[in-house]
Amino acid sequence: ACSCSCPAAQPCFVACQGVSLTAAKERGQLVFLEGLKSCLDLVFGEEERSGQPSPLQFISGSVSNLKDLFDFVRTSLTPTDSDCWKGRVLLVDDLSVLLSLGAAPVDVLDFIHYCRMVVCSQLKGNIVVLVHGSEDSEDEENKLVVTSLCHHSNLILWVEGLATGFCKDVHGEIKIIKRLSLESTEKDVIQIYQYKIQDKNVTFFARGLSAAVL
Amino acid sequence: MVVQSSAGSFYNDDDNTVYCESGGLAVGTLLLIEEDKYGVYSSLLLKYFLAEGVVCGHDLFVASAQDPPANILKELPAPLLDDNFITERVEATAAKSEDCQDSMQIAWRYQNAPKVETSPTTSIKFGHYYDVSQKMSPELLQSIKWHSFFLPDEMPLEPKLKMCNMNCGYARLLQSIQSVIYQEGFDGSHPQKKQKNILRIGIQSLGSLLWDDDICSTNTPEDIHSITKFLYVLRGLLRKSLSACIITMPSHLIENKAIMERVTNLSDVVVGLESFIGSERETNPLYKDYHGLLHVHQIPRLNSLICDVSDTKDLAFRLKRKQFTVEWRCLHLTGFAYDVLYLSQVRFQSADLYGNPMPPLPCCSLRLHLPPDLSDTVSRSSKQDLAESAKLLSSGCGAMAIGKKHLDF
Repeated sequence: ACSCSCPAAQPCFVACQGVSLTAAKERGQLVFLEGLKSCLDLVFGEEERSGQPSPLQFISGSVSNLKDLFDFVRTSLTPTDSDCWKGRVLLVDDLSVLLSLGAAPVDVLDFIHYCRMVVCSQLKGNIVVLVHGSEDSEDEENKLVVTSLCHHSNLILWVEGLATGFCKDVHGEIKIIKRLSLESTEKDVIQIYQYKIQDKNVTFFARGLSAAVL
Repeated sequence: MVVQSSAGSFYNDDDNTVYCESGGLAVGTLLLIEEDKYGVYSSLLLKYFLAEGVVCGHDLFVASAQDPPANILKELPAPLLDDNFITERVEATAAKSEDCQDSMQIAWRYQNAPKVETSPTTSIKFGHYYDVSQKMSPELLQSIKWHSFFLPDEMPLEPKLKMCNMNCGYARLLQSIQSVIYQEGFDGSHPQKKQKNILRIGIQSLGSLLWDDDICSTNTPEDIHSITKFLYVLRGLLRKSLSACIITMPSHLIENKAIMERVTNLSDVVVGLESFIGSERETNPLYKDYHGLLHVHQIPRLNSLICDVSDTKDLAFRLKRKQFTVEWRCLHLTGFAYDVLYLSQVRFQSADLYGNPMPPLPCCSLRLHLPPDLSDTVSRSSKQDLAESAKLLSSGCGAMAIGKKHLDF
């Protein structure tokens, strides 16, 4: 698996199931790119580390695209001889931060496109991408990235707070949109659940059936 | 080194006073304050943060493009301490004590999560009170180490010093912070050095024109990425060191809302101050006791999937002669009128230098105000009823609290 993390937060889904990322990292199952740390190395580190550009080289402004980041992903996920892992997963947390760091929307979309080619088509793996967004957002660049990602995704998890405002027992709603086919006009399958987040766990339930109400 | 932000609790003591408490600003995190229109209250909050650092013996880093840091430090509010404390501190500084500090904690408490418990819970209470009408003594200020960054002193900035295509002022500030963190060992790079300490960083009015950034003066700034890159790199520095940072930003001047959305996502905690000065709310009777509203835009999720969320989001603040307080406003519909409950508590607090909890001080009272025409029907009831009423309040999901109970204080 390859996980690319921009803030130092753990990917939500993996943490939900109580997987130990540290253990996974130690046995070589997880490659973790910590964006904050990598950025500090780039900004304050010594120059020219054996000609290997940083995965976040684009921040320095010396290049405008995310090719270095893609190369890092590709190298990390390409199977080696000693590799025994069955599948490949790329987790990206979160893509919206790349825009804040100066990447153009088209470069971000190109990066995801290239990753899709390698991870999904070639390596038959999966990609999970987290983006921020809201309906009343004025961040047009982010909206563009989100819309484009939605068009190319097989599964969309749309998470938002309740329209009625804050509630202690129901923290929000998750809309699961399954695209049956990206080409055809078949209707998407939509399921809606509500959820409550606890310290290390999330409980899901049908609308109006929170434990507090039952 | 992280202050655990646990769910707060209400509890009664013998004096019929209800205590509320909550966690604070965790080491390694960034708190962004969206300035009120004239910067009056945001600058006060920054001074509270720095003053608490002085009282706790932390190092300070003050950055500004307008007021010289030395002047900011001269205006820190005076702590309400006994004389022994100051004597001991001065002596300790002189003797360079080698005592190990077990709990280095920064606490900036601004709200709590209500849960009614009828028996008092024991928990460490930290914090100090300040008198904003008095200035901190120079001796106390001199007992700590402070660093400063004043942009006009850094001029002229070498145009070639371009770090990541970032605004020069921000780039220089990052370099300055990084060098202090490294040289003073806040990132653990000099383990043999004395005892560990915490660096409190305060940055005033980031993003304003004085920082040579045009995000506050136009809807289409030339460079919208400098500020966000700065925040990202800064957060990286905070995460890997024993430091915490408060930044004030004149967000009301930033027309491009996309920038504020990104800035919010890149910060750990974001609060906005809305002062009533010059607005129609100044004369609104509902707000007559207050000077402004405090909006919480973001709270952190530290080592957990969930954050410390309180039920109430309506916070109002006021500056009394000696103290700045933040209060909750709960509006509950009884079917005929609005009952308004005021809970008063905010303090800027921490454990003392040696990790000793501060003595409990009443910090909260529960008051109920009713519209005048309903006062005839008010019945006064026992503490028990109040507890039940508060339970209803905390159950959330739009529960209605049919409360006509109050506490006299």
